[in-house]
Amino acid sequence: MKNIFEKSVKGRIGVDPGTPDTNMDSRLDPSLLRKTDNMLPEVSELEVVRHYTNLSRLNYSVDTHFYPLGSCTMKYNPKINEVTAVLPGFINAHPMLAYVKEDAVQGALEVIYKTSEMMCEITGMKKMTTQPYAGAHGEMTGILLMAQYHKVHGNNKTHIIVPESAHGTNPASAAAAGYEVVTVPVNSAGGIDLSALKEKMNAQTAGIMMTVPSTLGVFEKEVLEVSALARKFDALMYYDGANLNAIMGKARPGDMGFDIVHLNLHKTFSTPHGGGGPGAGMVGVSERLADFVPVPAVAKTKEGKFTLDFNVPHTIGNIASFFGNFGVMLKAYTYITMLGKEGLIEVSEKAVLNANYIMAKLKPYYYLPYDRTCMHEAVFSAKKQVMHGVHALDIAKALIDRGFHPPTIYFPLVVEEAIMIEPTETESKQDIDLFIEDMIDIAKLAETDPDKIKNTPVTTPVSRPDETKAAREPRLKCF
Amino acid sequence: MAGFTPHTESEIKEMLQAAGAPSIESLFSDITPELRAKSFNLPKGITEYEALNEMQELAAKNMSFTASFLGGGYYDHFIPAAVDTISSRAEFYTAYTPYQPEASQGTLRAVFEYQSMISGITGMELSNASLYDGGTAIYEAVNMAFRGSRKKKVIIDGGVNPLHIKMLKTHAKNIGVEFIEAPAENGRTDLKALAAMIDTDTAAVVAQNPNFYGFVNDYTSVFAQAAENGAASILSFYPVSLGILKTPAEMGADIAVAEGQSLGQPLSFGGPYLGIMAVNKKFMRKIPGRIVGETTDKEGRTVYVLTLQAREQHIKREKATSNICSNQALCALRAVVFLSLMGKEGFKKLALINLERAEYLKTKLSEISGIEVLTGPTFNEFSVKLKKEAQVFFKEMSAKGFIAGLPASVFYPQDKNTIIMNATEKKTVTQIDLFIKAVKECV
Repeated sequence: MKNIFEKSVKGRIGVDPGTPDTNMDSRLDPSLLRKTDNMLPEVSELEVVRHYTNLSRLNYSVDTHFYPLGSCTMKYNPKINEVTAVLPGFINAHPMLAYVKEDAVQGALEVIYKTSEMMCEITGMKKMTTQPYAGAHGEMTGILLMAQYHKVHGNNKTHIIVPESAHGTNPASAAAAGYEVVTVPVNSAGGIDLSALKEKMNAQTAGIMMTVPSTLGVFEKEVLEVSALARKFDALMYYDGANLNAIMGKARPGDMGFDIVHLNLHKTFSTPHGGGGPGAGMVGVSERLADFVPVPAVAKTKEGKFTLDFNVPHTIGNIASFFGNFGVMLKAYTYITMLGKEGLIEVSEKAVLNANYIMAKLKPYYYLPYDRTCMHEAVFSAKKQVMHGVHALDIAKALIDRGFHPPTIYFPLVVEEAIMIEPTETESKQDIDLFIEDMIDIAKLAETDPDKIKNTPVTTPVSRPDETKAAREPRLKCF
Repeated sequence: MAGFTPHTESEIKEMLQAAGAPSIESLFSDITPELRAKSFNLPKGITEYEALNEMQELAAKNMSFTASFLGGGYYDHFIPAAVDTISSRAEFYTAYTPYQPEASQGTLRAVFEYQSMISGITGMELSNASLYDGGTAIYEAVNMAFRGSRKKKVIIDGGVNPLHIKMLKTHAKNIGVEFIEAPAENGRTDLKALAAMIDTDTAAVVAQNPNFYGFVNDYTSVFAQAAENGAASILSFYPVSLGILKTPAEMGADIAVAEGQSLGQPLSFGGPYLGIMAVNKKFMRKIPGRIVGETTDKEGRTVYVLTLQAREQHIKREKATSNICSNQALCALRAVVFLSLMGKEGFKKLALINLERAEYLKTKLSEISGIEVLTGPTFNEFSVKLKKEAQVFFKEMSAKGFIAGLPASVFYPQDKNTIIMNATEKKTVTQIDLFIKAVKECV
C-alpha cells in the first residue's frame, strides 16, 4: 500500500478552505514569509478517507479483538462516552473563558468539580487536581508535590524509593523531577521486600512509590507496615493508581495511608486508548498536601457558583495550561454516574474473577512465578516453553495469528520471560475460554512443533519486522 | 444500572469453581479488614438515557455567543467532517500503543505520515509522535537542551505564552535551571537585546512566533547568536501560520515545538490537545516520546515499528530521556487527516484567509477613534489599546453577545487597557461588521 505522499497529484485538494483575497501575503515584509514550499500531499477528500480507513483495518483493537494487555486495562469503553464528550456546549468551550468570564462556563467547571469530588470518595483522598494529562504526568506532579512539601518543611531529601515491580514510568518520573532513584527488590511472594526497604529508607528518603496491586498482579499486604515506616522518616507515600480497576469499593489508597495517588482515567474510567493516548492522570492528595496542589483549582462558592481558586498557599504552580484533558474527564464522569456505587464494585469483582479464572486454567501449562490469588491481572512466565526454544515473544506472535491481541510481554522486568494477562471485566466467559484454548494449544505446540510457533505470525499483512535495522538506520519520514 | 459485564450467575459459579474459590469475596482475602475501604459513598447508577440527559443539562449551562474573538494560543478553527469520521474509526480509537507491529500497522503508518507532515510544514529534519500539549512540548524541549549541555541559563522571550512559561517553571523547578525572561514591552521584544543576553553559559533560548500579543518576528539573528554560543534554539510556532510564515528551520531553530490544537482538535475546554515537537538530526536519540520508523520484514515488505526505544521509560527507567508513556496518538491522527485534507495549497490558503480576516478586523478597528491597534506585523491575532480598562470593555461587549478577545491584564497586570483579539477563517465579514458596530458602542 502506497503512503499518502505517493498518492499525491499536483493540483488536488481535499477540503477547500475558501479563497483569500489576492496579495494578502504582501501585507507582511518578505523577510517574515516562508521561502520553501510546505511539503504536504495533494489528495482528494475520498483519497484521504479511503487511505486512512484502509489503514485502520490493519489494526487490532478492543472493538475488533480480545486485547488482554496486562497493566494497560484494555476494557470495553461504552459508546455513550463518545456522545457526551462531544456535546457542543463542551466541545466548543474556550478554556480562556474560565479566566475572563466564569459564568459562561459553569457547566464545564461543574463537571470538573464533581468529577474531583467523586474521585476523592473513590480513592479516600482529601483533594484532587485534574490538571495532569496522563498517568506518568500525574506521577511527575506527585513527585513535584513531594519536593514542595519537603522544601516548605525545611527537609533535606535526596532520593525516592521505587520497588522493582513498579511501572517503568515511576523511576523515570522521579528522576525527571530531580530525585535519585533507589530500587527495592520484591520478596518470594511477590510483595515489597520489607527488610531491604528498612535498610534503604532513611532521613534522606523523600517518598516511596508503590503500585497496589503491584505489577505482579498481587495485593501488597505489607502496605500498612510500609506507611508506618515512611511516617517515621517523614517520607511521603505515593500510590500508582494504574491498577485501581482491581480494588474499587474494596480498598482506598487514602485509608491505607497514602499521601498522593494518580489515576489513569483512560484505564479504570473508560476512555479508549486511541493508539497510545490521550489519557488523563488526575492526582489526589491527603490532608497534609492539600495546600500544595496545582492552581487554578476549581472551587464552589457558598452560593453554589463554580469558580477558579488560585488561593493555594504552597502551590507547585501550573502542571497544565488549563484543567487537564477535559474531554477525558467527561467520559469518566459519564461512566461513573452510569455505574454508580454498585456498578464500580462489580467492575472490580468481575475483573478479578476473570483474571483468576484464566490463571487457574493456564497454571498447568505455563509457569506461574507467584502462585497465589491474583487481582485483575495474572503474570506467567514462558520459562517452560523456553526449554523448547519458544519465547514469550513467539507466544505473543502465535496469538496474533489466532485473532487475539497478545498480552504484555517482558514486563514486569522481575519476571523472566513474563506474560502478563489482564482480561478486564468486560470479557465474557466464552471469549476467555477461546483464549485459554489457544494458549493451551500453543503450549502443547511448543513441545511438539516449536518451529511452527517461531514462524508466526503468518495471517497478518506483514511478518516480524527487522527492529535492529529500524534503530540502526532510522528512516523516520516519507521523504 | 449497567456494569458492562456479561457474567451470568451460572457462569460465575463455574468460574469460581475452576479458580478453586468459594465466592468472589474470597478472591479479595489479601485485602485484610484493616486495609478495607472506610467509605464508598457514591450515588446509585443510572441508565444510559439518564446519563445523556444529565450531560446535556451540564453542557447547556455553558453559554454560547454571537461571535468570539478570543484566542490566546487556542483557536476556533473549522474542523472538516472527515477528521471526525476517521478518528472515530474504532480500529484507531480503541487500539493501544502499537507495541505489536504486526497487529498495529494502521496506527504505525498513520503516525509515520504524521511525522512526515510535521517535517513537511516546519522544514525540520524529524519529529516525534506527539506530546501532551504545547506547554509540555516546551518543557520537554528545554529539558532536552538542558540535560545535554551542563549549562545553567535558559532565556525566555517575554512573548511566549504565559501559561506555557508557568508550566515550564513548575516542571523544571528541581533540576537547577536558571530562567531569565526578556521583557516584552507592549508585546514587542527587543530582539537585539534578547540576542545580547545569550552567552556561553546559556543552555537554550525559547521564543514564540507569532508571540502571545500576536506579533510576528524573525528570530534568525537571535538563533544565530545562540548557535555561536552553543545554546539550543527553541521556537514555539502556531501550526496554521506556517502556511505562509517563515519556518522554524528557515530561522535556524534546533527544536520546533507547538500547540497542535489548531490542526483539527476542538477547543474542548483545555484538552485533549496535541504537543508537537520537531528537531534537527543531532537530537534524534534524545527526543522524548514515541517515534515510528520504517523497516522491512523477512519477505522484504515495508513495515513500520516503534523505534529508538532505548530512550524510553519502559527500557531505561530512571535514565530515560523523559517519563512520557501514553501520548496523544489519536490527536496526532486528527492532525494528519487535517493536514492531508488541506494539502499543500489548502494549507497555504487557510493561512492567507486567517491573515485576511484579521487584517480586515484590524483595519475596521483602526478607523474607530479611541482605539489604537498596536503597530507591527501580525498573523491572525493582534493587540488593541483602549481608552478604558480592557476588562470593562470586555464585560460590556459580552453583554451584547460578543467575546471581544483576551484582556492582556489577565496575565500582564501592567497592560490594563490592552485586549488581544483574534479572527480565524470562521469569522465572516458579516460577523466582523456586527462586532465593529458593537465595539463603537462600547469603546
